[in-house]
Amino acid sequence: MEKAIVTKDLTKRFGDFIATDAITFEVERGEIFGFLGANGAGKTTAMRMLCGLLKPSSGQATVAGYDIFTQTDRVKKNIGYMSQKFSLYEDLTVRENIRFYGGIYGLGRRQIKLKTEQLLEKLQITREADQLVSSLPLGWKQKLAFSIAILHDPSIVFLDEPTGGVDPITRRQFWDLIYEAAHQQVTVFVTTHYMDEAEYCDRISMMVDGRIKALDTPRRLKAQFGADSMNGVFLQLARQQNISNQ
Amino acid sequence: MQPIVINSICKQFGKLSALNNVSFTVEEGELFGLIGPDGAGKSTLFRILTTLLLADKGSASVMGLDVVKDYKRIRRSVGYMPGRFSLYQDLSVEENLAFFATIFNTTVAANYDLVRDIYVQIEPFKKRPAGKLSGGMKQKLALCCALIHKPSVLFPDEPTTGVDPVSRKEFWEMLQRLKQKGITILVSTPYMDEAVLCDRIALIQKGALMDIDTPQGIIQRFRQPLWAVSADRRYELMEDVNKYPDTASSYAFGEHLHVTLKSGEAGEAALKQHLSRHRGLSVERTQAGIEDCFMFLMQEQNQ
Amino acid sequence: MRQFPAFVKKEFYHIFRDRRTLLILFGMPVVQIILFGYAITNEIRHAEIAVLDQANDYYSNRLVNKIGASGYFKITRALRNEREIEEAFRNGSIKVALVLPKNFGYDFYHGRKAPVQLLTDASDPNSASTLLNYATAIINNYQQEMMGDQQLPLTIDVQPRMLYNPALKGVFMFVPGVMTLILMLVSAMMTSITITREKETGTMEILLVSPLSPGKIIVGKVVPYILLSFINALIILGLGVFLFGMPVKGSLLLLLMECGLFVLTALTLGILISTITASQQAAMMISMVGLLMPTMLLSGFVFPLESMPLPLRILANVFPAKWFIIILKDVMLKGSGLPGIWQPTAVLCGMTILFIALSVRNFKTRLA
Repeated sequence: MEKAIVTKDLTKRFGDFIATDAITFEVERGEIFGFLGANGAGKTTAMRMLCGLLKPSSGQATVAGYDIFTQTDRVKKNIGYMSQKFSLYEDLTVRENIRFYGGIYGLGRRQIKLKTEQLLEKLQITREADQLVSSLPLGWKQKLAFSIAILHDPSIVFLDEPTGGVDPITRRQFWDLIYEAAHQQVTVFVTTHYMDEAEYCDRISMMVDGRIKALDTPRRLKAQFGADSMNGVFLQLARQQNISNQ
Repeated sequence: MQPIVINSICKQFGKLSALNNVSFTVEEGELFGLIGPDGAGKSTLFRILTTLLLADKGSASVMGLDVVKDYKRIRRSVGYMPGRFSLYQDLSVEENLAFFATIFNTTVAANYDLVRDIYVQIEPFKKRPAGKLSGGMKQKLALCCALIHKPSVLFPDEPTTGVDPVSRKEFWEMLQRLKQKGITILVSTPYMDEAVLCDRIALIQKGALMDIDTPQGIIQRFRQPLWAVSADRRYELMEDVNKYPDTASSYAFGEHLHVTLKSGEAGEAALKQHLSRHRGLSVERTQAGIEDCFMFLMQEQNQ
Repeated sequence: MRQFPAFVKKEFYHIFRDRRTLLILFGMPVVQIILFGYAITNEIRHAEIAVLDQANDYYSNRLVNKIGASGYFKITRALRNEREIEEAFRNGSIKVALVLPKNFGYDFYHGRKAPVQLLTDASDPNSASTLLNYATAIINNYQQEMMGDQQLPLTIDVQPRMLYNPALKGVFMFVPGVMTLILMLVSAMMTSITITREKETGTMEILLVSPLSPGKIIVGKVVPYILLSFINALIILGLGVFLFGMPVKGSLLLLLMECGLFVLTALTLGILISTITASQQAAMMISMVGLLMPTMLLSGFVFPLESMPLPLRILANVFPAKWFIIILKDVMLKGSGLPGIWQPTAVLCGMTILFIALSVRNFKTRLA
């Protein structure tokens, strides 16, 4: 079966600065792929290239089977995107947000109507459908934002630090949604610097200074670095990096 | 004298109850953690204690001084580090530090001992504008600025949010060292795994305290047997466990599910039997963590 | 007491490290005054005029020459018949048409009524009436010249004189206006923004928790702007005097003190705005809509207050701008001393005290 994401030596330079340095990895369909690293490690740059927002300096990559150099329009049609910083319009109602995003992805009116009802039902927010998004609790907003990001049935959804700051139960409900989407063969690409969030991914890549320093399942990474959490793995990696810098 | 005494504090913002009858005390030289998610009321409580907000009901004192009547004296003797990075982004590292030293009527030199350990780490960047520092560096600078007048009580509000694991670890080590120097610290965090680094913690959710104790004490109160369940196909396993009638709770914890049963210990065999068709199945008893306790208490609160 | 100087120093760092603020502070006054001084002026020079001289005699030729030599008009066309007047207006090549009847010279010489017809394009009524005034003045002047000593017993001799601004220079109107506008903008908007910025970035929280008293925080933030605004006032005055020949007939010291007073009024207004807003954006909106517009429109700067309906005239009294413009004009053009301008000065003082009182009442030693 075709891979969801394939990159080979993908590189982005900003002047002298190399933001991502020849990264190579593959993501399977239906996989939850964690893309980890500290702030400034190059996660955002890599993700922007994969979303077709930024032209790579060199290397190759396909997303959902489309070339990110030449077919950015196709790429954009086949991906969903959610970020913690911005995803929903706070001054629109739940229903208006759904209609808006359905509209920009070219869904028909009847389809939007049908999907809206399904989505409201699934999140159990039918009663709040005509409330402004700003009045919803943070956890609900996140779940709604994710559901909207996959409204147009993309084959890949990019999540940029999706679950900061919510309570542990809400956070798990959010991850339940992610598992469900992955189960339906949606590939989930999560960038985060919250290491505990990484534990929920199928596989994880750890970026340090523009390069992928480790890539495996959480279990094997923990075994490899002799750590009991992803936090420990990260600390080990950072220590290695410091030693090699000196 | 107990450095922080909080007595039935209530605070309402419009319809939202930000704090609901919160009471606890912090002992001298203690590192006390306020643990809870965004919107639990942590920052509101910090602002009441640092005299920036008035409570609707209840009373509180810091260093034996009333937060309402003696607010001017409290302001002189506490160090406050707001949740958002609140230094001057266009001033350099050393300018920020010198500025905050001066407005507290002191000098960097006079209290350099206290901040030396921290300041040396950011000293190489002292000419850089604060806005151009990395997240971890910013927090170190903010801590220096909050300490420069030698406060007897320190209030770091979510100092490790959005900071990488290495900086988080370093930050907690700094707090431990400050504690050893006799500074009382009330710190807040949304990260449950940081709870064990505190002497005592209070779990807060929706403006109400759910429990106060040492981290061990809270964990020991979690009496239900807890199993860590995993299998190759996680989603099917999740669905199966959720549908299982004896399941009391089931939460994903990384690659495992943490499961409690209504029948408790007696139900283990039946659970294993029920899930036996899953490939790679593993059902093991496990020790609860603060996060398990937090979720358990949340469920109780909701009922 | 080292707190305060340190605070002011910090404020200067903010200002000098923010290019945008600096540009607004010092670039804008220069640009505005030059813009208003040269480009946007209500003084009309070299307006195109067409003449239909049906008499074409000695007297009519002299009148036409006089009009052409005045500098206000430029004779672009000599028309042959009345139909061409309409056509010339239509294609927009002229602003005024002068029609001299057939017997103009004869009638004039024999002391009879010599009708002169002036036609203007009143689609722009302001310039139309200005042009008419200019033309009438020239014609009256011509008439007196020609009559010489011949005193007619029943002729009323009107001798208009433009006081204080004899050349009717628009610049004299605009320098005080622009000065008021810029001082208002810099002082009120900048202070309200700089204070709300501390609220927005969260630094206000730390300042409040420090032993600094709220009064000191505010004064510390405002002091640099008092200085900068005053420098601005000097720049504008300098430009007005040296570039546009604006006179300062009264005492320079008094003028500078009045500038200082107005700066203070505007600053306190800025503080007041900052106490009621939480974000820079809101502060900016209120300053723009609440201060700039009235300063432009209701101060007598662009539109004369006298021609406004009563409610607007009453409303104009509320804005400090109106009073400052009166002071500026009186001191600079009339050479008034303090006795002549004590009234508007007192109004500005009163406003300043009121704004301070309101700010103190509104300022919170806590966040909410």
